[in-house]
Amino acid sequence: MTAIDPSPNHLQLTRGGQLRHFLTLDGLNRELLTDILDTADSFIEVGERSIKKVPLLRGRTVVNLFFESSTRTRSTFELAAKRLSADVLNLDISTSATSKGESLSDTLLNLEAMASDMFVVRHSQSGAPHFIAESVTPGVAIINAGDGRHAHPTQAMLDMLTIRQHKRSFAGLKVAIVGDILHSRVARSQIRALNELGAEEVRVIAPGTLLPRDVEDLGCTVEYDMIRGMRDLDVVIMLRLQKERMEGALLPSEREFYRLYGLNQDKLALAKPDCIVMHPGPINRGVEIESAVADGPQSVILNQVTNGIAIRMAVMSMAMGGQMAERQQKQMEREGGRA
Amino acid sequence: MKAGSQDKSLKITGGTLFDGTGTESDNPGLLIKEGKIVAMGADALSAEVDQQYDASGYVIAPGFIDLCCNLREPGNGQKGNIASETLAAAHGGFTTVCASPETSPVNDSSAVTHLIRDGASSRGSVRVLPIGAITRGLEGELLSDLAGLKNAGCVAVGNGSRGIKNARIMRRCMAYARTFGLTVMFSPENQALAADGYAHDGQVTTRLGLLGIPEVAETAAVMEMLLLAEETGVKLHLSQLSSGRSVEMVAAARQRGVKVTADVAMHQLCFTEEALAGFDSRYHVRPPLRSEADRQALVAGVQAGVIDAIVSQHQPHDTAAKQAPLPATEPGLSSIESVLSLGLELVESGELSRQRLLTALTEGPGRIVGLSPEITCGAVADLCIFNPAASWQPSEQTLVSTGKHAPLVERKLSGKVELTLVAGRPVWVDSH
Repeated sequence: MTAIDPSPNHLQLTRGGQLRHFLTLDGLNRELLTDILDTADSFIEVGERSIKKVPLLRGRTVVNLFFESSTRTRSTFELAAKRLSADVLNLDISTSATSKGESLSDTLLNLEAMASDMFVVRHSQSGAPHFIAESVTPGVAIINAGDGRHAHPTQAMLDMLTIRQHKRSFAGLKVAIVGDILHSRVARSQIRALNELGAEEVRVIAPGTLLPRDVEDLGCTVEYDMIRGMRDLDVVIMLRLQKERMEGALLPSEREFYRLYGLNQDKLALAKPDCIVMHPGPINRGVEIESAVADGPQSVILNQVTNGIAIRMAVMSMAMGGQMAERQQKQMEREGGRA
Repeated sequence: MKAGSQDKSLKITGGTLFDGTGTESDNPGLLIKEGKIVAMGADALSAEVDQQYDASGYVIAPGFIDLCCNLREPGNGQKGNIASETLAAAHGGFTTVCASPETSPVNDSSAVTHLIRDGASSRGSVRVLPIGAITRGLEGELLSDLAGLKNAGCVAVGNGSRGIKNARIMRRCMAYARTFGLTVMFSPENQALAADGYAHDGQVTTRLGLLGIPEVAETAAVMEMLLLAEETGVKLHLSQLSSGRSVEMVAAARQRGVKVTADVAMHQLCFTEEALAGFDSRYHVRPPLRSEADRQALVAGVQAGVIDAIVSQHQPHDTAAKQAPLPATEPGLSSIESVLSLGLELVESGELSRQRLLTALTEGPGRIVGLSPEITCGAVADLCIFNPAASWQPSEQTLVSTGKHAPLVERKLSGKVELTLVAGRPVWVDSH
């Protein structure tokens, strides 16, 4: 009896199926995800040029709206926008407007008045980019750079790009995500992407306190025991553990977590010999992963960082392309109506 | 006929009469004088009157009684006031609303109760029955002056949507209310288990990364309250149940003699957790919308009579309260104008009988606050006349409530209130 269309696609896709915003991977099909990966592939070589720029967003203004701090994600978005020749404005909102009592809606109105074309949004509340996408004037693209526990779609896509580079195809892959699934926006997006792209099995490995209710509904299997969970893996993705998880009786201690769920060489040896090790960073060495593994030959953690720029270039250029196509379509419809 | 015209005799002909006891029959004719039904049948039809109303094709029911309505007065004028929200209630077919104690200041003293009653008598369109705060400031710690609240006109006491600090204080609240024969109305929620959540802990919260309120936050509280009510002998009313297991526990407690009644908000009967899947803040309510299985169990609970009343849980808000990312918005929806239409959709889908719907809007809540809404000779003429076949489309412009965040704005609804009478006075007349 719900009166609304709860699917995210009405918001983030144009009628022609192009990206208008990039808010979540929910509802995006394999073809579109593959398109993002292919586009990102084509941008990798831009970073290898002496002049690292293409003119796709020349004359466009991209605003990095970070309501919670994240040096790495913001830097890669900034670099990606600049490599696309956009003008970039970085705003650390957590220490400015909203802390003075201004509402998010008012902040947006002010920024829109500066004729911005794209907002890259990082927010501690799930759904904030959706709210912004519904609030802004048509024509302004919203890119989700991580919201609450909900989604971090560009991080998931750069992980997919990294996996594809090392494994060529997703078919038959067994992937495990280890650690704090409950609070992880990255894990939700990764599970969605891996399922859509055709991975054989997505496994989550965590204690019961760090798993969301009915997590299997996301499309994964659950394993509480990491020794069992590491068997036959092609990819293991370690998640960052926040220090505050020891409070509120989620975990007894970092020491126990590392003993049970930390990735060391012994546990990694249980996976396939060519299993790659991933981590969205920043790493807590000795909590989630031991240094010998983080810096070892199976680690692709630095590849993930490099791929982050290419993925963000791909998503930004595709969303801007979708916005332009939609504008042209509406213009044609108006002119057709007048004729 | 115009709203507000008073002291005129009125004859209502035609239509189907729902007499408040659960039966429907053809209207034999109703004659209303000086606020009361004075004749039915041939005597009514032959009477000379000032005004006549043809209700052919309509249903004539006792005016609806709402056990949970937030009028926002005193305090929060930007969200609504007695005048605006009681007029909205009249549009929804309600002739009596129980005013939540969650006002500013909180209704925890006879002075505030008098303020509400005075405002209602001077500016209200419908009857307003205040619910007193059982604890001072609704803080859940210190008892309010319950004797004073009762003498001032509070028909029951409760803690609004807020919890009581611990079971020991809860037990004392019940024992003290029992002293005065006051019904206690509690929304069952274990605060520690609900913590900072704002959505049902289920499939949608898992997918969207929203902070969940588990079902056990309600069921643990229901069980605790039922046991304490059994021990203290108080009349317990459980407000706004949201889970199927709560319905089972109420039924079992009643079987063993616990004096317990229960209500459910209409939106809990119609929507599920899926309504939040698009981060739509209009559906951010507390208790949260739960699973489809819970929704079905709640509807079955109403149909079986385990749940006595359907309430609006009307919570008007200003725009700013809902214009933010979902977790930052305030819970509650503007609902009182669309309760009947939503209920009729359940009737149309075969989930609920019209008799049970109307009983849960009239006799059920009336019994809990000491009213007997009936259509008989001598009864006060509080009536709702609606056209079950008509449709309407609420919009921000046509909604009377200050709160415009109704879930059904711009959606075609069936069943339209045509005339609402309070003590024989038309307080809402549809002119179309």
